Amino acid sequence: MELTAPVSLRLGHSATIRRRQHALILGAVLIVALGLLPLPIHDVYTQNLIILTLLFAGLAQAWNILGGYCGQISLGHALYFGIGGYVSTLLYLRLGIPPTLGMFVGGAFGAMAALLVGWPCFRLSGHYYAIATVVIGEIGYLLFLNWDFVGGANGLYIPFKGESLIALQFRTSKLPFHYAALIYAAACWFIAWVVEGSRYGFAWRAVKDDVVAARSLAVRIFPSKMLAAALSGLLTGIGGAIYAQYVGYLDPESMMSGTLSILIALPAVLGGVGTLWGPLLGAAVLTPVSELLRSYLGGSGRGVDLMFYGALIMAVSLARPAGLVSLFVWPGQAKLRRRRGDAA
Amino acid sequence: MATLLEVDGVSKSFGGVAANVDITFNVEEGAILGLIGPNGAGKTSLFNSISGEVTPDKGEIRLRGKRISGLGPVACSRAGVARTFQVVRSFDSMSVLENVMVGAFSHINRAREAARHALHTLDICGLGARADTPAHSLTPPEKRRLEVARALATNPTVLLLDEMLTGLTPTEAQAGVQLIRDVRRNGVTVVMVEHVMEVLLPLIDDAVVLNLGRVLTVGKPTDVVRNPEVIRAYLGDRYVAA
Repeated sequence: MELTAPVSLRLGHSATIRRRQHALILGAVLIVALGLLPLPIHDVYTQNLIILTLLFAGLAQAWNILGGYCGQISLGHALYFGIGGYVSTLLYLRLGIPPTLGMFVGGAFGAMAALLVGWPCFRLSGHYYAIATVVIGEIGYLLFLNWDFVGGANGLYIPFKGESLIALQFRTSKLPFHYAALIYAAACWFIAWVVEGSRYGFAWRAVKDDVVAARSLAVRIFPSKMLAAALSGLLTGIGGAIYAQYVGYLDPESMMSGTLSILIALPAVLGGVGTLWGPLLGAAVLTPVSELLRSYLGGSGRGVDLMFYGALIMAVSLARPAGLVSLFVWPGQAKLRRRRGDAA
Repeated sequence: MATLLEVDGVSKSFGGVAANVDITFNVEEGAILGLIGPNGAGKTSLFNSISGEVTPDKGEIRLRGKRISGLGPVACSRAGVARTFQVVRSFDSMSVLENVMVGAFSHINRAREAARHALHTLDICGLGARADTPAHSLTPPEKRRLEVARALATNPTVLLLDEMLTGLTPTEAQAGVQLIRDVRRNGVTVVMVEHVMEVLLPLIDDAVVLNLGRVLTVGKPTDVVRNPEVIRAYLGDRYVAA
């Protein structure tokens, strides 16, 4: 036990530990910067772009919890997104429950949906899980398309009843939505930060890397996946509710399509799966590019933005298999590398 | 010394192939027991039964008198069985410290405590200086050590080592032997599968020889290697007379 003192001392200098502290500082700085960012911007188009980027940064982080850390690639996250949006909106339209409350109920439904999908599908391994989520997502889309109670193919309009923080309704300025999206993205990021350092995050990464080794170390595989799915579904559902409130209109095409599932997964994949900054970085690149492409190419260019995505993903996976985030090296790691270089 | 682990009449077949037939032996607390035998003798299958990865068709495995066979790997780990793998299985997206923390989290909830325990375990295994290295960039002998450290971090009562010394240079193997002695000194009972006889024999207290899924003989290592049946199993009939 004489080793205890030097152990604690060395832990303080451990790059593994310090990286997390640095991340928290950088996260706080970024939140302040992103909080100030919209103040000088008065162009509605740019404001909209930033809000969407923040929303997708949060959604991609939510996806990253299951697909990145736990390694369960889901291509059906639009289902949880849509369920979150529909539940919160229906609660508002039918029962008058404000979306600030309803989004958590929507998130809970998203989590339940993720658990229901996970219950049978986590018994499948590897690609089979991904394929199952595609199919289930598509089933959800078709169900909502033909379900009159939720507006069917016509969708649901959320009538504007005056500026309200409780109801998340703002017309005169996009600023409140900027902060709603920022809080959402920051919350998703912070939750990912917390779980990454917890025993659950370690269990998820162990499950992703090697199931057999993980369970030999008492990691419970199925419950670990279910927990990751629930948290991921919860955050995705909340994101769906905020998005619905922002757009003011929801239909299966915009809330539950397979394309949307891919749009939720892509930023994390592009930025770096299973990393804290990957989803944010990916969203910061992808969302503006996709919006710009769509607006310049117009309706006739439908699908071109997706072709661009495909090309981008191919380029990144060839040049930077670990994602864009691997372009950046942490100060701690650089120091460590240099120190090791000196010693060698 | 008290009996720690009892393997009692364990049989296991895979699709008609009998991997283990009526295997019975005991492991004393604090001992290093060698499980030896030619390829296909059923050593790894038996390890999989003890660690809970597979359920025996017949028989029982008990740790301190309590049945652990058939409970699954998680329950076996909780009961105090830890193992390494013949083909190294490291968590390659993690650092060395994080790998070992996964083991530590099996009985520690707080991350800080788990990190401390993991680093302490790495020190025992001689990897303390490599804590921040990505696991995938370790050398093969270091990876073996990492597996031992990760298993030890679960605070096991018995550690199963599956061919930990195989494929190492003589120097590396000697360092591995020292590590196994250190592990035992820390109060952990060791059961090891090994091919490298000359390294193994001076290290182990007891030997169990398996052949074609059955126990050929059980005894002291020096007696076991003189047993004609063991020689026959390893080298063939011709060598028995000598």
